Amino acid sequence: MSTFPASPPSATMPAAWLRYRRYLPPLLIIVLWQAASSLGLLSTRTLASPLMIARTFADLVVTGELPRHLLVSLGRVAAGLSIGVFLGVTLALITGLSRRGEDLFDASLQMLRTLPFLALVPLFILWFGIGETPKIALVALGTMFPIYLTLFSGIRGIDAKLIEAGSTLGLTQRELVRHIVLPGALPAALVGFRYALGVAWLSLVVAEQINAESGIGYLVMTARDFLRTDIILVGLIVYAALGLSADQIVRTLERSVLAWRPSFVKE
Amino acid sequence: MNVHAAFHQTTAAVPPIVQVSNLVRSFDAGTNVLDHLDLTIGDGEFVALLGRSGSGKSTLLRTLAGLDAAPEGTVSVPPQRAVVFQEPRLIPWKPVWANVALGLGASDARERAVAALTEVGLGHRLDAWPLTLSGGEAQRAALARALVRQPKLLLLDEPFAALDALTRLKTQGLVASLWMTHRPAILLVTHDVDEALLLADRVLVLDKGRIALDWRVNLERPRRHAQRGFAELRAGLLRELGIDEEEEGVEPLESSVAALIKAQSGGNPSPVDRDLIVSHVGVSL
Repeated sequence: MSTFPASPPSATMPAAWLRYRRYLPPLLIIVLWQAASSLGLLSTRTLASPLMIARTFADLVVTGELPRHLLVSLGRVAAGLSIGVFLGVTLALITGLSRRGEDLFDASLQMLRTLPFLALVPLFILWFGIGETPKIALVALGTMFPIYLTLFSGIRGIDAKLIEAGSTLGLTQRELVRHIVLPGALPAALVGFRYALGVAWLSLVVAEQINAESGIGYLVMTARDFLRTDIILVGLIVYAALGLSADQIVRTLERSVLAWRPSFVKE
Repeated sequence: MNVHAAFHQTTAAVPPIVQVSNLVRSFDAGTNVLDHLDLTIGDGEFVALLGRSGSGKSTLLRTLAGLDAAPEGTVSVPPQRAVVFQEPRLIPWKPVWANVALGLGASDARERAVAALTEVGLGHRLDAWPLTLSGGEAQRAALARALVRQPKLLLLDEPFAALDALTRLKTQGLVASLWMTHRPAILLVTHDVDEALLLADRVLVLDKGRIALDWRVNLERPRRHAQRGFAELRAGLLRELGIDEEEEGVEPLESSVAALIKAQSGGNPSPVDRDLIVSHVGVSL
């Protein structure tokens, strides 16, 4: 970003340079890091060098080890997230659309919400053993609450004037929900979904460090036993890349389904 | 100046389409917002309802719209009703045409919506998002959304109050011409005396929960401020409301309406006194 956005880019400072120069500091850090490693100032037991990480990354990809673990992790997130979203949406619709539903479920859900769900890991292992079930259950539980809370408040936050206008247009209760309540709650629900994606990766990291035999978390844990900081860092980079791309997907989704918002319209 | 030559006490000649009798609405126990109110509106009649803020104008309109249940009294209204509120209340996530077509259900909903939008001069903004419309455009879209339902009774709740002076004049003209074309009965809630005289066949004043004044306006259309008889009608109506425009500024007299305006002009600016001070159109109630 330019310090003086008002001044036009001059001939000596082409637009491409202005656009990419923000990436220079991180690049510089990587170069310094590599230099420190090559000069022996930074032990590989503390931190592997960027070149080593790149080589390890390539090796793990070529041997098929990384894709295999990645697929397992993605599968767990997908399964857990689907269940979490399904439960969150269902409960939010029940409590959001009916007072009776709110009386029935909301208090219990609000109580459960305050529980740090990662603290349930020991209980989950006792209940579900050490297979896939506790891992998926943990992701599902962690993602359910952000979806539930945001969709519930989204539904309840609908402008009553729009509902009133809708009923003067002769819309039935069901049509009001379909045309006004649910689309109006969508922006909030998408914020919740984005948050849920973050929670999903977090739960996965924790879940895969307990008795896992596959997955990115397992890769990282075994690397620790062999002091392989390069593999650990590859795992971290993969987590970061997954988080980033998930966020990007939701942003793209928002851009198309919330196209009516003035902030998107102007673009 | 013979004001009463232009005013006549109402005797409905057309068949009634709205019949309200003995309507009582109260919010807190003890005070009745509407106190045994009687009202008849004829088919195709354009009625303006004036009254100070808090006089129950909007409550009456909402009761006729079916938005509030009437706890006491009888209210008979046609099933084909439409409402335009002070805010356009368009659904932001539906394009303009879909807002107009909402709830029509028929297979030709889009064509009807397009026709209605073209009629209000928005044929070029069919696919626009409501939040990109100007205030005047949005209010015209809201009018199209009401008219496309072919209402027998059109309820307008201060639909021009949020518009700037120029847009307000244009939109008032549009409402007048739409009424001429489609002839629904209209109940226009307003606090603007000039607006009422420019548009309506009949001017009602709501005070203390009842219709305190019910006058017929026999002026030729289209109406203008410079028209013969307009100024006399306005002066007469204002005098009835307790405001004498002959005096310097707007000097409140004894009536409760005037007392309210006096009390308000010292306090927070409300839409009422803002209009009193800056209205380009004229003196408002």
